[in-house]
Amino acid sequence: MEPKFQPTKEGYYGQFGGAFIPELLFPNIKELEDNYLEIIYSDAFQKEYKYLLDQYVGRPTPLYLSKGLSKKHNASVYLKREDLCHTGAHKVNNTIGQILLAKHLGKKRIIAETGAGQHGVATATVCALMDLECIVFMGEVDIERQAPNVARMKMLGASVVPAKSGSKTLKDATNEAIRDWIGNPEETYYLIGSVVGPHPYPDMVARLQAVISEEIKEQLLAQTGNENPDTVVACVGGGSNAAGAFYHYLENEDVELVAVEAAGLGVNSGESAATSQLGEVGVIHGSKTILMQDEFGQIVEPYSISAGLDYPGVGPLHAYLYESKRATFLNATDQEALDAAYELSRVEGIIPALETAHALAALDKMDIKEGQVIVVNLSGRGDKDLQTYIDNLKA
Amino acid sequence: MSLLNTVLNTKQDKLCSVFFSAGFPGLNDTKKIIQDLDANGVDFIEVGLPYSDPMADGETIQYSSAVALKNGINLDIIFEQLKEVKGTVKAPLVLMGYLNQVLKYGEIKFCELCQECGIETVILPDLPMIEYENHYKALFAKYGISNVFLITPQTSKERILKIDEMSDSFIYVVASSSITGAKGEISQGQVDYFNRIKAMNLKSKLIVGFGISNKSTFDTACEYMNGAIIGSAFVNHLKNEGVDTIDQFVKGIID
Ligand SMILES: Cc1ncc(COP(=O)(O)O)c(C=O)c1O
Repeated sequence: MEPKFQPTKEGYYGQFGGAFIPELLFPNIKELEDNYLEIIYSDAFQKEYKYLLDQYVGRPTPLYLSKGLSKKHNASVYLKREDLCHTGAHKVNNTIGQILLAKHLGKKRIIAETGAGQHGVATATVCALMDLECIVFMGEVDIERQAPNVARMKMLGASVVPAKSGSKTLKDATNEAIRDWIGNPEETYYLIGSVVGPHPYPDMVARLQAVISEEIKEQLLAQTGNENPDTVVACVGGGSNAAGAFYHYLENEDVELVAVEAAGLGVNSGESAATSQLGEVGVIHGSKTILMQDEFGQIVEPYSISAGLDYPGVGPLHAYLYESKRATFLNATDQEALDAAYELSRVEGIIPALETAHALAALDKMDIKEGQVIVVNLSGRGDKDLQTYIDNLKA
Repeated sequence: MSLLNTVLNTKQDKLCSVFFSAGFPGLNDTKKIIQDLDANGVDFIEVGLPYSDPMADGETIQYSSAVALKNGINLDIIFEQLKEVKGTVKAPLVLMGYLNQVLKYGEIKFCELCQECGIETVILPDLPMIEYENHYKALFAKYGISNVFLITPQTSKERILKIDEMSDSFIYVVASSSITGAKGEISQGQVDYFNRIKAMNLKSKLIVGFGISNKSTFDTACEYMNGAIIGSAFVNHLKNEGVDTIDQFVKGIID
């Protein structure tokens, strides 16, 4: 049977995807498109990638049955512990893969965008590991609200360049990274942090994150005798942790997929990042997808307490999962996410990232049946968000 | 034949084009800017459609776009302004914007309004050639609109030939690997690149843009190509001097 959720040769998932890039970037994208599959699936690449994931990142990450959440929901709630990855989030699965690809392509200078700083840290980390120059673009607003990650990137030897245009958050950091790439097309590799951007990035990043669901299958089989859960839940900013957690279940429609977006102060409050609810078809950062925009196609500035979900678009795979109804799209507000983070901390001794907390908050909104097997992708840990957690506990 | 092609074929060299963002510095300055540029001998005028996320633009045009949007500019207003200008100037107008603006406005509505306003040429830097071929070529042709493609120092010979074949007005020769913005003088590397393109004997006229900022860079570019486009330098002039001395700016470039 033809897979339904793999992109076409031109990078389309249904009507979404493609490569809407200025001619200035055509040679860069073409080079990637022509080489990424061959390089990624070469024996040499796979050997090094697997070694680094095991011995450097700390994979496989555990699949942990949460007693507290299982009891609360009268179900089996498993947590896929991506928070235990080196650098504290799933982001490093992707950066390890792309840095190896960049090396195969002979690139010397690595640029990246970052929102929460997790992708920036994960990129700075692999650049230190591979001794490559690293420049991270980060919105001025995010630099302020994610100070610990800015310090980490600098300690790892990266330059952090503030994006001062537009809303000064993730979308603007991405614009700045693209502009830098236009100006430095030959030696520079753009290491994108999510399943966004022009083809082949969405597919490439999804493949590199697919290790998450590959492990879930093995671990669930070992722990329950069945590799398929009833439901997989993940938060969605650009969509990379969700893409990884969903990947090996995409074609098996018996497995329910739940994508959780950030509602900010409420979906209809005017301060939200729930792209699927508020967006329409458009083109952003080189990809046709669903994005938040006004009646003239100007991109609307999203809002979420969580810098990693504060993005006005969503990857083209997710736009297609939404349109085709393959995945259920839920959302959680700032407050609901905070409450879910405090709850997990108390019942399991795990402080999740604010992004991840949105996925946890969605459990309260799902119609959960007795004994339902649910895997929540615990995409990251909350160290970077401690100040926000402390401030809101006091308040 | 489009008015632009008549201009390109009649003059052939030292063609001077100027870019500005509609609605900047003031919301209703669009008409005066176009008329002054035209009156002072600019051969064709590029009207920028301000966009929130102009990924191929440098600081200057990001700034003019942001101010214009704050002023309240939008495509409805721009087309109204262009209707008022229609018939009052001899220089053809070219619209330059980003694909999402056209998509959201509605491709057909956009084309209809272009036709009403006498716009026969558009530049959409993030519309790649393959998407144009598959989804836009026939539609644009129906409304008599031609699309301008960009080439850069990295564009392969094979691809330049294809772009030449697809073009029906001029090719936008991006002067260096960079986003828009006023830069220094033209380097030997750029001259080599201009010579390489010139030697290909393409059917399309070749107009240089990105980084042409004054008389010296304009003249150098025109030694090798059919003409050049001044963008950020003019936008900076508007920012610093307002709209009353456009004649002086243009006279400083062309004699
Ligand atoms: C811990 C964590 N989870 C999720 C995200 C959202 O990104 P994505 O949707 O690509 O997984 C981020 C982004 O910074 C993150 O740091």
